Amino acid sequence: MKMQDLSKASFFGFKRENGRVGVRNHVLILPVDDLSNAAAQAVENNIKGTMALPHPYGRLQFGADLDLHFRTLIGTGANPNVAAVVVICIENGWAKKVADGIAATGKPVAYFGIEQHGDHDTIMRASKAAKEFVQWASELRREERPLKDLWVSTKCGESDTTSGCGANPTVGNAFDKLYPHGVTLVFGETTELTGGEHLVAERCRNDEVRKKFQFVFDRYQQVIDRHKTSDLMDSQPTKGNIEGGLTTIEEKALGNIQKIGRKCMVDGVLDKAEAPTGPGLWFMDSSSAAAEMVTLCAAAGYVVHFFPTGQGNVIGNPILPVIKLCANPRTVRTMSEHIDVDVTGLLRKELNPDQAGDKLLECMFKTANGRLTAAEALGHREFVLTRLYESA
Amino acid sequence: MIHFVVHEEGDGVGVVVVEGVKAGQSLSGWIMEDDKDIEVSAKSDIPIGHKVALRDYKPGDTVIKYGVDIGKVVAPIRKGEHLHVHNVKTKRW
Repeated sequence: MKMQDLSKASFFGFKRENGRVGVRNHVLILPVDDLSNAAAQAVENNIKGTMALPHPYGRLQFGADLDLHFRTLIGTGANPNVAAVVVICIENGWAKKVADGIAATGKPVAYFGIEQHGDHDTIMRASKAAKEFVQWASELRREERPLKDLWVSTKCGESDTTSGCGANPTVGNAFDKLYPHGVTLVFGETTELTGGEHLVAERCRNDEVRKKFQFVFDRYQQVIDRHKTSDLMDSQPTKGNIEGGLTTIEEKALGNIQKIGRKCMVDGVLDKAEAPTGPGLWFMDSSSAAAEMVTLCAAAGYVVHFFPTGQGNVIGNPILPVIKLCANPRTVRTMSEHIDVDVTGLLRKELNPDQAGDKLLECMFKTANGRLTAAEALGHREFVLTRLYESA
Repeated sequence: MIHFVVHEEGDGVGVVVVEGVKAGQSLSGWIMEDDKDIEVSAKSDIPIGHKVALRDYKPGDTVIKYGVDIGKVVAPIRKGEHLHVHNVKTKRW
C-alpha cells in the first residue's frame, strides 16, 4: 500500500445504526459495578460469542469520578466495534442509565438489576436477551467503507530508546499519511509529554487549542507535585523503561511525541473518554498507564489502536484491536508472539521510515478487515477504568 | 554494521542498537536525521537500548538528545562511557 493510494483506500467494516463503522462485532455483557461481575461472567459462559467486561468499580463514586465511570461504560457500549449490549447492575436505576446512554446510538441494549431477583433469575433473563443479540449480530455483514470512517488511536508502552528512534516515528509516519484523508486520530499520556510539552504546544492548530492543552498539562503537573514522594523514578519512567535504557522523563517524552509525526496538527483537546466531534488529530488528557489509556480510547469511540513498544508491553483491549509494533531486535526475538509489525530494520538501515509507515498501514487495513491482532489471539482483554479519587 | 544511532547532529548521546557491546570495542554510528556516519570507542559494556556518551561531561552539564534537553549530569562521564540513571537525572519533578 503506497501513500498516494490512500485517497481511494477502503476497508470492510460493520456500519452501525448511528453511521459509525466498527471493525469488530462484539456482543458485550457489561456490569455497571463490581457486584455484577459474577452474573455478567455467568451470562458470558452461558451464551457463546458474548464477552463480559468485569471490573472492580462503580460503587459510591461521586462527582467527576462518577461522571467518568458512566462516560467510560456508556462509551464502551456505544463503540461501533460493539453490535449489542446486555447491561447488569446491582439495582435497576443505574442499569437503565448506562443502557439508555448506549441505546442513544440505536444499537440493541437490554438491562437488568439484580436486587429483588437474585443472581439466578438475573442470569437467566440476561442470558435469554444475550442469546437473541448474539444470533442477530451473527447475521450482520461487513461492507466496504472509505478510509475516513476509520478512527485510529495511539499510545505506546514499556518504551525504550528504540521506541523513540524506530517504533514511535513509524506511527508518526502513518499518522502523517492518514491525517490528510480525514481520519479521526488521537494521542494522549499527559504527564508523558513532560520535557517536550512545548513541541506539542507548537503543533496546536490555534491559540484556543494551545491554551486548552497547556491548561490540562499544567493541571496534571500539579497532581504530580501534590502527591510525589520522589522524582517518580521507577514509576515514570517505569522500571521497564529504565531497563530499556531510558534515563529521564524528558527523554521518554521526546520519544513519545514522535508518534504524532511531523505534519499533523493538534486539532482539539478531549477529556478522558470524550468522543471527538470531527476528523483530525485530538489530544486526550489521560494517564500514561497503558490499559487505562487504551480503555479510554475505546470509550471515546476509536476502533483500531497503534501500540509501539520497546521492551514488550503485552497489552490488549476487549473491544479495540491493539496493533503492536517494535524496533528492538531483542524484544522481537524473545517476545515474537506479541508483535504484529516488526520494524527492527529501521535501525539497520534496511527499512526507511516511509516503508515502515506503509508496513504499519498494511497491518491496519488487514486488522480493520477482520484479521485478529496478536493481543486478540492471545486473549489480552485489559479493561481498566480510570479513577480520579477515593469513593465516598 | 550499525552499533548505535544518533537522532540528529549535535546530540551528545547515541543509542546502542545491538546486543553485547563491550568496553574497548570500536563502534560505528548513524546520525539518522542527517544520514551521516560517526565513530566512537566504547569505554564501558553497554546493553542494547542504552546510551553511549559522545562527548565528555562534568556534573551540572545538560545532555541533549533529539536536539532537546533530556536532563542534567550528576557524575562525570567520559566520551564512550555508558550514560544512564547513575550519572544523569531529570530536571523536572
